[in-house]
Amino acid sequence: MARDVAIVGVGMTKFGEHWDKGLRELIMEAGIKSVEDAGISGKDIELIIGGSMSSGIFAGQDHTGALFTDYLGLNPIPSIRTEAACASSSVALSTGIMAVQSGRYNCVVIGGVEKMTDVYSNMATTTLAGAMDRDNEANFGLTFPGVYALMAKRHMHQYGTTREQIAMVAVKNHENAMHNPNAQFHRKITVDDVLKSPLVSDPLRLLDCSPIADGASSLVIVPAEKAKQYTDTPIYIRASSQASDTLGLYRRPDITTVNANLVASRNAYKQAGMTPKDIHFAEVHDCFTINEIIATEDLGFVKKGDGGRFVQSGETQLGGKIPVNTSGGLKAKGHPVGATGVAQVIEAVEQLRGNAGGRQVSGAENGLTHNVGGSGSTVVVHILSRNRK
Amino acid sequence: MPTEKSVAHHWRHFKERYGLVGSRCESCGSYFYPGSVICPNCRRKGKIKEHIFTGKGKVYSFTTVRVAPEEFEHYAPYVVAIVELEEGARVVSQIVDCKPEDVKIGMPVEMCFRKIREEGGKSGLVLYGFKFRPLNF
Repeated sequence: MARDVAIVGVGMTKFGEHWDKGLRELIMEAGIKSVEDAGISGKDIELIIGGSMSSGIFAGQDHTGALFTDYLGLNPIPSIRTEAACASSSVALSTGIMAVQSGRYNCVVIGGVEKMTDVYSNMATTTLAGAMDRDNEANFGLTFPGVYALMAKRHMHQYGTTREQIAMVAVKNHENAMHNPNAQFHRKITVDDVLKSPLVSDPLRLLDCSPIADGASSLVIVPAEKAKQYTDTPIYIRASSQASDTLGLYRRPDITTVNANLVASRNAYKQAGMTPKDIHFAEVHDCFTINEIIATEDLGFVKKGDGGRFVQSGETQLGGKIPVNTSGGLKAKGHPVGATGVAQVIEAVEQLRGNAGGRQVSGAENGLTHNVGGSGSTVVVHILSRNRK
Repeated sequence: MPTEKSVAHHWRHFKERYGLVGSRCESCGSYFYPGSVICPNCRRKGKIKEHIFTGKGKVYSFTTVRVAPEEFEHYAPYVVAIVELEEGARVVSQIVDCKPEDVKIGMPVEMCFRKIREEGGKSGLVLYGFKFRPLNF
């Protein structure tokens, strides 16, 4: 990368149903926490970039860039809102990295927010369907659980992935979330619980689906050479890579893999000078359980088709070969869509700082985050490290 | 409803949805639904022509939707599939005229013309288009 970039502060709200907080309260809580964590003051901040998928429908409020600067007391600095469905805030981060790399900015606050519980659930379903091809998928009654169900059915058909293996993703992620105070759910579940939960879109059931949530997440990035001015434990961004695939799932030759996963991750490994073997843990986009299986394959942790057997082997649990979604993932930590990408990076920062408590991956030096918009139409991969080189 | 749209919004899709009309690149032989003005394989060398699909194909993947968006709630449970048309292009569509448990990957299907949904709200539009049913029904 042109100029190395480091993260010097992070902050997030708990994810869940925040009946007492609206869009602006969520943004302020996360933003202030990240700025305090970085030990900077408002006048150090030169630019804000924040992701939100659909604040216009969920909260009736667009122009969220202006909302960010106004309510954080930062006028007149510029602000940008990024939108890429559930990858909105990862795109905020990758845009911010470009801003710092370019030399134009030296202190950028990155954020993500979604306030989803102020609309009723079928309205939320309809709104989220805007991340797929509205005219050619949603128009025929397809839903987001339906999109991932089509992928699951095909993965089971081509590779013999079992319903039980898919359920094990949810079981593991609920177990991990027990140790994450910011997670929406603190409740262990069993494979049997998943298989007995109501069908949403077969073969996927309620406990295969990430929940609707409210939340915000924020972090502060600076050039690496200045990072030690702010903190003794800066976390370095070793790779930032984004790729695109078709808007509609149906236009892809094989729906058991996502080409944007392959392209974004291969580019990220190349930028970082690493291979999948150098990664000690990963936060991947388990919006639906099947997608964690597809992601572990596409990111190169296991051979295509073996993702189901990989989760069954226990190698993605804490203490396994590559712990996946130590935060609880989208499944159990919660998935306020616009806040998710930055929250994944925050989990990586906590792990690399050694602050992850009961879910700490011992000796973690390098971590990867994988954030998906839609069915993989946008994929953003970041690799973070304790080491600058 | 945020999905309620003007008449024009639906009218401009009538041809493709009523007749399963897409396009074909005469340079490389690729088919596209919906029709495309560029061929991603051939770029400027592509020669795009309108194509009316035969309407025959087979089920590539499918799911039975039980938790439906508001405008489809009264149809649930219903089967949504990715249908691979015999020309090679794929479309998303509902599978009808059979029980959900009878649908299988690879099942031969053919296009039929059906009501898709009612827009409701002030417009009261009733929207039609293609669905697919088992072949030799």
